[in-house]
Amino acid sequence: MARVPFWRRYARWLGPNVKADVSDELRFHVETKTDQLIAQGWNPADARREAERQFGDLREVSQMGEQLGNERERTRQRKDYFGALLQDLRYAVRTLGRDRAFTAIAVVILALGIAANTAVFSVVNTVLLRPLPFPQSDRLAWLSSDRNLDPKIREVAGLSAITYTVDAFEEYQRHNHSFEQVAAYNPFFGNGEFTMTGHGEPQAVAGVMVGGNFFETLGVHPLYGRLFTKEECQKNGRGAVLLSYPFWQRQFAGDPAIVGQTVILSKQPALVVGILPSGFDFGSVFAPGSRFDIFVPAVMDILRDWGNTLALVGRLKPGVSVSQAQAEADILFPQLKAAHPQWWGTYDSTITSLKDFVTGKLRRSLLVLWSAVGVILLIVCVNLSNLMLARSSARSKEFAMRMALGAGRGRILRQLLTESMVLSTGGAILGLMLAFVLIRYISRQGSIALPLLSSIQVDAAAMGWTLLVAALAAALFGLAPAFKVASGNLQDALKDSGQGMSAGRRHERMRAILVVSEIALACVLLVGAGLLLRSFLRVLDVDLGFEPSRAAVIKIDYDDQGKAERRGPILQNMLENISAIPGVESAGVTDMLPLGRNRSWGFQAKGVAYRKGDFLAALVRIVTPGYLPAMGMRLIGGRDFTWQDGTHNEPVVIINQAAARQFWPDRDALNRLARVNGHDTRVVGILSDVREHSLEKAATPEMYLPVMQADPEGAELVIRTKLPPEALASSVMKALRAWNPAQPAAEFRPLQNIVDQSVSPRRFFVMLVASFALLGLILASLGIYGVISYSVARQTQEIGIRMALGASVSQVRLGVIAGTLRLALAGVLIGTAGSLAAARWIASLLFGTRPSDPMTFVSIVLLLCAVAVAAGYFPARRASRIEPMTALRAS
Amino acid sequence: MDKSQLELVRGTLDVLILKALVWGRMHGYAITDFIHRESDEALLVEEGTLYPALWRLENKGWVESEWGLSENNRKAKFYRLTSEGRRHLREETKTWEAYAAAVGKVLGASRPRIAEES
Repeated sequence: MARVPFWRRYARWLGPNVKADVSDELRFHVETKTDQLIAQGWNPADARREAERQFGDLREVSQMGEQLGNERERTRQRKDYFGALLQDLRYAVRTLGRDRAFTAIAVVILALGIAANTAVFSVVNTVLLRPLPFPQSDRLAWLSSDRNLDPKIREVAGLSAITYTVDAFEEYQRHNHSFEQVAAYNPFFGNGEFTMTGHGEPQAVAGVMVGGNFFETLGVHPLYGRLFTKEECQKNGRGAVLLSYPFWQRQFAGDPAIVGQTVILSKQPALVVGILPSGFDFGSVFAPGSRFDIFVPAVMDILRDWGNTLALVGRLKPGVSVSQAQAEADILFPQLKAAHPQWWGTYDSTITSLKDFVTGKLRRSLLVLWSAVGVILLIVCVNLSNLMLARSSARSKEFAMRMALGAGRGRILRQLLTESMVLSTGGAILGLMLAFVLIRYISRQGSIALPLLSSIQVDAAAMGWTLLVAALAAALFGLAPAFKVASGNLQDALKDSGQGMSAGRRHERMRAILVVSEIALACVLLVGAGLLLRSFLRVLDVDLGFEPSRAAVIKIDYDDQGKAERRGPILQNMLENISAIPGVESAGVTDMLPLGRNRSWGFQAKGVAYRKGDFLAALVRIVTPGYLPAMGMRLIGGRDFTWQDGTHNEPVVIINQAAARQFWPDRDALNRLARVNGHDTRVVGILSDVREHSLEKAATPEMYLPVMQADPEGAELVIRTKLPPEALASSVMKALRAWNPAQPAAEFRPLQNIVDQSVSPRRFFVMLVASFALLGLILASLGIYGVISYSVARQTQEIGIRMALGASVSQVRLGVIAGTLRLALAGVLIGTAGSLAAARWIASLLFGTRPSDPMTFVSIVLLLCAVAVAAGYFPARRASRIEPMTALRAS
Repeated sequence: MDKSQLELVRGTLDVLILKALVWGRMHGYAITDFIHRESDEALLVEEGTLYPALWRLENKGWVESEWGLSENNRKAKFYRLTSEGRRHLREETKTWEAYAAAVGKVLGASRPRIAEES
């Protein structure tokens, strides 16, 4: 740095003036020369002329001087700025280093706030902001055939209500002009479950049946090998399979040589044609929370007779918008329906962008989460403002001294802001590390049914966000002490007392405002979290209609050669073997468990004339006798199936209460005839409603058919036990292997897991929001404590005088606590108003809880007051122990 | 102008200015004076060259300036050497001495030996 002090660099007050400098300098030269000539005997006028003549072209030299001077000024400014910055930085690090406790607390608090923000931003960025992980994913759209369904039915009608028949798919594919490609996959994932043999132990693999152009439409290219050929997608074509990247890694140790080899899938040979890239995770986009191992061609000619089996994804032509595609579909589907009167449904379709389909439902939850961490950040800033304020009070003499020595206010403000920046940089570094750990943990929670979860990471965007958040925080919490310094009175500060009465009051008020806003913010956060937590408890509390405890599920495999009459005896034999295992209470088989996959079949009461447009369908589950008791489901009328309900006996059905209510609104449904997919079927039992979609949705009409009379889609064995289910895992497996040597090594899952997975998104959000709220509460209570104890310390003298004048210990204590409570109440009042607004905003995320739930509000208010009292108690106790004499002498 | 005065060899002005400042700060006029005097009035630095040269040196960081009062009580801009300038002067002096000695040797040479052989 330059040795010349800045005030001597320039000859004038108003900063640098290059032009004047140059002319002054040259004028001095000419004048001195003139003087000399006069001394030599020239007359003054001639001397002047001679001096100028000798100098040469004055103007040219001045111009050059100005140019060089400007150049110099520019570099000097730059150097000064960085020099000062370096100085500030060095000074900041030194002062902060001296005050280790303060620095550590500030950095940790900041790190917590920043970590929460970075982590949530990473989630929001991946799920909401970033496009889906496919090339040109903005052109991908989702079709669902539920446009003319009642919204209430749409919500619960299950997959069958949004899917298409092969015919509808092919007709639309042929006739539409909006899409470059329309592709299909079979979302009834049970169809894609296979037992893989030939490579080690028989193994259950989860697969998806996809249309020939599915990957092409998404823009996914295989890592090795190729996609399916036309022949492989046709009936009696050669079996082919694509492996997902994780499955390939797990099962074949990532050996590319597997491409071109044959594996056996449920006894059918299939050629491994390719490996999909690691970036493609079908489950995370189309079926959050599930994992898929393989992909097989959906053979349209086989699926043609299966009803609604295809979910559609399309790639729009360039320049075609979703709404244009929708407008075309609104015209096209009625035309197609008119051309095909035999179609069961109309297939009027809703077209949304794929992104909306995947993440649309999460938008609100994620925004809530984002706001929650925003509030955390505010609380952090308020807290730090408080800390900085207290610190700057203690340093007021230092600032006054520096100002007296010539430092401008601007310079001191800059110094303070540099300190804030250093602190928040420290916080950001630590916070980023915390966020990294947190995100790593979250992204590995494969069982949480949230889309795109596996691809969440702290990326460049998240780091940028961290930087922004840290800078914002530094500016926010750095401002409060800066204002204080700016408004400070030099003389007051330099005087020994350092605290003018009026200035003291003003700062007291500022601190009070900070505490009140902190409590208000914490209140909003806590009420929001409280409402969500209560909703979550309500969800856990719903009557599922079945009993998840002490029951477990295992996927089983058997070979009935597609004949219904063989299926009964096979399963009966197996169930008898299983029931013989000690500890097994009951056992049964279903094709689909509740809270998972579903499908619906046509259902109506026989002899009733329905209006066009009535929703004549019900979810269908195909079960064995014994399944209902094994699940803990409750029959409220009629009987369970028996093994006598065989192929040649009268077709029977058990329906749930919702179905009974809908199809026989004014009569007892028991023993009446229903038409199931057009066949007369006797209602032999009525079942108490089961939550079949999710815990949060009321039951819809549902029917149970015996396996002997209808074709199941997969098989899940449910075992109810007297012992903890895990204890039986091996003996059950042994019995299954004895019964069917090809039984794959499947997971023995407690039924509770299925329930847990169903509530996992809500649990995930509640856990996050609740932990943020807890963090907010801790920070807020620390803040209150800090402010109260600081103000007690400042009032030591006053308290001493009051005690000397006869105030009792309890009076002093009460005084301090009352002051705290006053602040808390003000905060709670503002916070409650804010909470009401926030609660209305999150109303759609609540379950069985009103946004104004008095219980939540009252308990949060009480909690905050209790925290305030506790935070005030310790300073109060300290205040009451003040020795009057010491306090008085201290002045 | 006096015929006995010499034209300055290109690049030497910088060194002369730096040398002038070795003993302390000086304003531009004093520098011309110094060079003129110390060269036994053989070297005359034109103002039109001196000032730009000074400013360039200042931009390079070899000299720095401050305002002060001159001996005749006028406001004048004084220049002083920076430590970098001092270092540069040392190097340049060495180079110059070697150069001058070499040129002197060549110019003072008697009949070259190579010519004898050819």
